[in-house]
Amino acid sequence: MRETTESPQHSHEDQPQTHHERPGFFRRYFWSTDHKIIGSQYLFTGMAMALVGGFTVYAFRMQLAFPGQSVPGWGRVTASDYNALVTTHGSVMIFWVAMPVLIAALGNYLIPLMIGCDDMVFPRINRLSYQLFLISALVLLGSFLVQGGAFGGAWTSYPPLSAKPQYNLTPAGASLWLGAVALEFVAFLLGGINFVTTVMNSRAPGMKMFDIPIVVWMIIIASILFMASVGPLVAGAVMLLFDQLAGTGFFDPAKGGDPVLWQHLFWFFGHPEVYVVMLPAFGIVAEVLTVFSRKKLFAYKTVLYTAVGTGVLSFFVWAHHQFIAGIDPRMANIFSLTTLLISIPVAEMMFVYIATLYGGSIRLATPMLWAIAFIAEFLLGGVTGIFLGSAGSDIYFHDTYFVLAHFHYTFFPIAFISVFAALTHWFPKMYGRLMSETFGKVHFWGTIIPFNFIFIPLFFLGARGDHRRIYDYSNFPDSMRAGMQDLRVLATLSLVVLLAFQVVFLINYFYSIFFGPKAPENPWRANTLEWVAPSPPPHGNFPEGLPNVYRGPYEYSHPDRVEDFWPQNEAG
Amino acid sequence: MSTRPIATTRAVTGIPTGRLAVWWIIASEIVIFGGVLGSYIMHRLGHPEWAHQSIHTNTWAGAFNTLVLLTSSLCAVLAHQAAEEGDGKKAARFLYLTVLGGLTFLTVKGFEWRSEIHHGYTLTSNTFWSFYYMAAGLHGLHVIAGMVLMLFVAADARQGRELQRVENVGLYWHFVDIVWIFLFPLLYIAK
Amino acid sequence: MISKYVESASSYAPDVDALILVIALVVGFWFLVAEVVLLGLVFRFTEREGVKAKYVSGEDHREKRWVSLPHFATLFFDVLIIVGALRVWSEVKMNMPQADETVRVIAQQWAWTFVHPGPDGKLDTPDDIRTIDELHVEKGKTYHFELTSRDVLHSFSVPVFRLKQDAVPGRIIKGWFRPTLTGQFDIQCVEICGIGHALMPGRIVIEDSDAHAAWLLANTPLTARAPTSPGGQP
Repeated sequence: MRETTESPQHSHEDQPQTHHERPGFFRRYFWSTDHKIIGSQYLFTGMAMALVGGFTVYAFRMQLAFPGQSVPGWGRVTASDYNALVTTHGSVMIFWVAMPVLIAALGNYLIPLMIGCDDMVFPRINRLSYQLFLISALVLLGSFLVQGGAFGGAWTSYPPLSAKPQYNLTPAGASLWLGAVALEFVAFLLGGINFVTTVMNSRAPGMKMFDIPIVVWMIIIASILFMASVGPLVAGAVMLLFDQLAGTGFFDPAKGGDPVLWQHLFWFFGHPEVYVVMLPAFGIVAEVLTVFSRKKLFAYKTVLYTAVGTGVLSFFVWAHHQFIAGIDPRMANIFSLTTLLISIPVAEMMFVYIATLYGGSIRLATPMLWAIAFIAEFLLGGVTGIFLGSAGSDIYFHDTYFVLAHFHYTFFPIAFISVFAALTHWFPKMYGRLMSETFGKVHFWGTIIPFNFIFIPLFFLGARGDHRRIYDYSNFPDSMRAGMQDLRVLATLSLVVLLAFQVVFLINYFYSIFFGPKAPENPWRANTLEWVAPSPPPHGNFPEGLPNVYRGPYEYSHPDRVEDFWPQNEAG
Repeated sequence: MSTRPIATTRAVTGIPTGRLAVWWIIASEIVIFGGVLGSYIMHRLGHPEWAHQSIHTNTWAGAFNTLVLLTSSLCAVLAHQAAEEGDGKKAARFLYLTVLGGLTFLTVKGFEWRSEIHHGYTLTSNTFWSFYYMAAGLHGLHVIAGMVLMLFVAADARQGRELQRVENVGLYWHFVDIVWIFLFPLLYIAK
Repeated sequence: MISKYVESASSYAPDVDALILVIALVVGFWFLVAEVVLLGLVFRFTEREGVKAKYVSGEDHREKRWVSLPHFATLFFDVLIIVGALRVWSEVKMNMPQADETVRVIAQQWAWTFVHPGPDGKLDTPDDIRTIDELHVEKGKTYHFELTSRDVLHSFSVPVFRLKQDAVPGRIIKGWFRPTLTGQFDIQCVEICGIGHALMPGRIVIEDSDAHAAWLLANTPLTARAPTSPGGQP
């Protein structure tokens, strides 16, 4: 039987009230409670912080490639500068780029649209969460301006170094860093209230649990994971703040404290945190893969259950960051076991995504290039984790560049590759215009190729013994053997190329917002509800009435239909 | 922007959204206090000599405060009952009693701490006291926050508005109470 | 593999290297298979005029097998690797063979102090030899080390031994090694310890018994050579 496209069904609820006067520029863009504006605020703040993160790595890698020479844009990178730059790079990229963009920006923007309602349930708490987040970013940046400068104890902030000014020499910076992180945690806890309650309660009529798009599920699971894991670190941060400012000794052995306790509190959060950012990235890839291969997601339920399973297991692996930290060696056995086991659900998700491609009708538009690159690059990150989860080999690799290359092969796909997939995919909906495909492909190759040339050399340097957070290797004869400095230079120059190509993206993005060709409502012919709203969606999202839902989100290429897609809101 | 989104009016799970939100907040706080108490317990197990410090906490004051908080929780329950019956004024009165309980709790604590500091048991005199002041202080901040929230909810309830918030703020208060039920034995009774 | 670039100088280094090699072969192979399948599918199923995509839910048993088989393969190889990992870990970190000698390693901002037991072979006696940044050991002898820090966290790393251990203030952490190769190699601090983190390189000097004996003789404190020396401090 042939189905024709029917007009969307309306719900029976009242139309959103739109009789109030149009608010002024400030209220519309800086004081808004509209989830799309708040999402955009998080996005642009995250993008700005990405520039900070990119600049810091540029500066310290230039020091590594050309030690002692003045770095354009910074000057000479001293030992103290180096530590502050490394600390800022890590902290910014995780807390002020990956988390806000993947969870707060995409979650805020997409969730109400994808579940077919007009906003989040608590719009004013939503606005508050962004404001706290913005303040936290400013506090962090402000730490560069205080006496002593920014904190340089690495994003892990281990005491006693981080607790005592006489050790870290950045007393104000250390407390400001800690305060910024704590504030950012509060902002995300508040944000989580909205994501979870809105998805649980405000779904469109007819949208059952398994009709929810995977990216929405992933953001929910990530929010719950964050909430359940961050508490002990908040407690630890309060204790560390007291140690820094009030003379207590929670982490001071001389006062009966224990430095290793901080490590446990930190990593109990720190490990689930990587899944907090990983799951939304996987969610984005699921959406893009299905749209651009015109295929139903393979084993939707499996994806969901493995995501939950990964989240649960992630609470039992944390001490693999501490194998040689002085923990009981027997504990290391247990954590090595759990760490290698967690590779199974994650690998399963990768298998499911690859299986989704089978039998597809694949179109290599820019978003799809990014989605496929995500899988290709993340695979290397995942397998290199095995060397580190295995306690026996971790003795050698701990705190070397091997670790660093491993986590960049996971984090860069998470924080950038999936984000570029998301931005190129949903740009037409957000702005009602199309980005340039040509610029998009140039940006893609100009990012992926240099990316590999940065981090493959670092695997080798790590395997050859280069340890981390060292601003100058010339004191270490075994690190100055033939070829090693060349690898450092290669990695740095590749980084410069990668950063340069981001300009292509920025131009494409901002030019297209204003001058790109106008986009139709559903340029990718996708099923999910956000494509029903106008491009861009107005306040209230669905002017013709909130949609009802009749099927799951991935009914592509259904044998009974002529069209190769079947929107969720289409009746019959 | 003063109109509520339709999203707020839906309840697919059958549980009102406000209550879901409170449970989320309570869950986050449980993990935070869990971290504090877990760290304290780990330290305490490794430092049996802390018994010499903890002997100086005022168990009677702690017990009295426990009674005060439990009674105030009872008032919160009665406030909820009144709200269910639609009697906003009665609910508000019980909420004020709950706030009074919180105030009593804080006052007793104030005297306790004054005495302890006077005797030289300060934040930095020993790590046991660091935990004592930090954990109880964090709890106290939550008591104050709860009191403030209750005053706002009571003000609305008196005028018959937003009665469902009485239950939600009560849930929060019960949580604050339960944290104290854990703190009391750990800080006062374990000698 | 690693030993091609970084010498293997301890009795357990070859075991660590063997573990790394096994992991590399297993994950390397499956990594390549996954990439080939991924890119193969992308090219095989590029959109073609008139060809509709398949409709596959993945919930059917036969379909699920494509994912469950790799799933069980992953589990199988994980278990294999875990066994190897725990054996090596146990060898390095859990067993402490009888020591011929004990050395003390003291980390601080920003230098290493090593206390060697001196000719009498015992620590905390007047003939102990204290050095800064240079550890002297004898090939073939089994050493225990006692590691601590004077201030912040540091970490004692000897890449050629494949050895690492964090130094925690307020604790003395023990470990062991047996050198198997003579030469001079880097000692690194591998826990960020402040602005001087890169300024505390150490060297380990592994000598055969003659050279080591000569070094002992030349470096024993003068006070300890006198027959009636006052009670010395380490």
